[in-house]
Amino acid sequence: MSAYEAIILTIITASTPLLLAAIGELVVERSGVLNLGIEGMMVMGAVCGFAAAHVSGSAWLGVVAAITGGVAMSLLFGFLTQTLITNQVATGLAITLLGLGLSGLIGSDFVGLPGVKLANVSIPWLSELPYVGRLVFGQDPLVYVSIGLTVAVAYLLKYTRWGLIIRAVGQSHSSAHALGYRVVAVRYACIAFGGATSGLAGAYLSLVYTPQWIENMTAGRGWIALALVVFSTWLPGRLAAGAYLFGGVWILGLYAQAMGLGIPSQLLSSLPYVATILALVVISTNRRLSVINTPASLGQGFVPDR
Amino acid sequence: MKKLLTAAAGIALASALSMSAVAADKLKVGFIYIGPPGDHGWTYQHDQGRQAIDARLGDQVETVFVENVPEGPDAERTITRLARQGAGLIFTTSFGYMDPTLKVAAKFPDVKFEHATGYKRADNVSTYSSRFYEGRYVIGQIAAKTSKSGVAGYIGSFPIPEVVRGINAFLLGAQSVNPDFKLKVVWVNSWFDPGREADAAKVLISQGADIITQHTDSTAAVQVAEEQGVNAFGQASDMEAFAPNALLTSIIDNWADYYVARTQAVLDGTWVSTDTFGGMDDNMVNMGPYVNMPADVKAMAQATAAAITAGELHPFAGPVYKQDGSLAAAEGEVVDLGTLLGMDWYVQGVDDKL
Repeated sequence: MSAYEAIILTIITASTPLLLAAIGELVVERSGVLNLGIEGMMVMGAVCGFAAAHVSGSAWLGVVAAITGGVAMSLLFGFLTQTLITNQVATGLAITLLGLGLSGLIGSDFVGLPGVKLANVSIPWLSELPYVGRLVFGQDPLVYVSIGLTVAVAYLLKYTRWGLIIRAVGQSHSSAHALGYRVVAVRYACIAFGGATSGLAGAYLSLVYTPQWIENMTAGRGWIALALVVFSTWLPGRLAAGAYLFGGVWILGLYAQAMGLGIPSQLLSSLPYVATILALVVISTNRRLSVINTPASLGQGFVPDR
Repeated sequence: MKKLLTAAAGIALASALSMSAVAADKLKVGFIYIGPPGDHGWTYQHDQGRQAIDARLGDQVETVFVENVPEGPDAERTITRLARQGAGLIFTTSFGYMDPTLKVAAKFPDVKFEHATGYKRADNVSTYSSRFYEGRYVIGQIAAKTSKSGVAGYIGSFPIPEVVRGINAFLLGAQSVNPDFKLKVVWVNSWFDPGREADAAKVLISQGADIITQHTDSTAAVQVAEEQGVNAFGQASDMEAFAPNALLTSIIDNWADYYVARTQAVLDGTWVSTDTFGGMDDNMVNMGPYVNMPADVKAMAQATAAAITAGELHPFAGPVYKQDGSLAAAEGEVVDLGTLLGMDWYVQGVDDKL
């Protein structure tokens, strides 16, 4: 494996959990819901995924369990914010705290146990191609899932009737309601989708990235994903670019250190944040586009007036 | 938002009341942890120390702990809460709790505080740390003996003296075996982030390091080493279970005896503010089992550890040259304690700049 392959592989591994968690949150926010519970859903995905994979020996069962765990947390968020109309910011924070605590409780018996790693894809002949084989055809399956989901979400939001409904609900829930759309049901569906991808992101951490369960192993990645959604101005393409930019600058920073270039490590550690903000500020200079994409009803609870 | 704050304050008050009602006559000993006790590293060993207090003094003492406390304002709030809840002795177990500990200690003169790895003391604040660098010297020697590429990778948390000291001791140990041994350093600027620690390990391995060691708190780096077929060392706790083929040995922190002794001192009323810097000789730094290495390397490591324990060998015995070529300690001298505690320079051979 050549040096550049190693660099790109590490970048992809670092970026994929961010992209997975963020693409779901993008859909959630497009429907007008602000879920700050990504970190909690992610860490629940990580622990459920690890536990199921360890007990059953199958990484794929782990993936299913991770999605289930993420969705369960998101539905709790949905019930509180959509049915009981609680404050979304406070509820999201509560979901994060609950997820961190509950995952520690569930995972206490699984600390220090061997994990099951999700095997990389291996296509005869294609995966062995020089230079590109390992990079294009030999990743772990969740990398392809994350890219596929990004493309699917971009298409769904832009070209389909469903996407139009989600955007309408996010722009003006009263108008969408007046038109006869079931605002709360649409939002529930989006929230569950967000939970599923956050759970997947958690599974990526505990089944691919570092195949083990460690308490609090998400270490703030949910918050980075959340920030990426906002900075991408709710556009999936920019989101993917932002996630890979963040992962890329982070890993290249580590390489710069290992090569002994003498750049202060604190500066290198802050670079991913600085670079992501700068890049996304530059591409968001088109104010009109930004305003159009911002869901106008973001964070507001919907109570149908009768 | 206002409603939320009121509710939060209510919950905090209720929990404070319920806590203070518990066993008023037992000494309450509080612990502040930087990570979860389940990290199987730094915090795990502190929690083992806490459990030792429970086991040996459980009839007179009650222990409580708060985990995952970030360094900074949150720490001050959490330490204050423990003091308010009636803790008579509080251990704050990370470097970054230094100023918060002193601030809170000034407000609670009757509460005794113990801060790990810091250098600021007060009448009711002791500091304690271990000479981890003694273990680093031993693993440096092992690294130089077992490495094929002659390059090791070191994952650092924050560039503070405690960590820099470990890096230097490791390289001095390695150079005592192979004078040309090289060390690459990567800082992740976090004590606990398994993903980043793993990234750093991958980067170092792809840059030619075939030995990985780390001064961070999780087991992620040794697992990457296991996966990629290079060797690694456990940090703070025995990590053999996580890398059965890759691990050579571990540096194990033993806080249990110190914690029990200090708690006993508070019970006896003999507690005074002290500064403890324990090492292999007083059993605060132990080496784990030596595995996955030839018998001669194991014998060398055991001999070195024995010499350090007996006080015959000092890892920073001269001649020690700084990275810029200047002399830090001449032949026959030892780098003095003050310099060690404030170490902000690398020795020659580190492929990094501070």
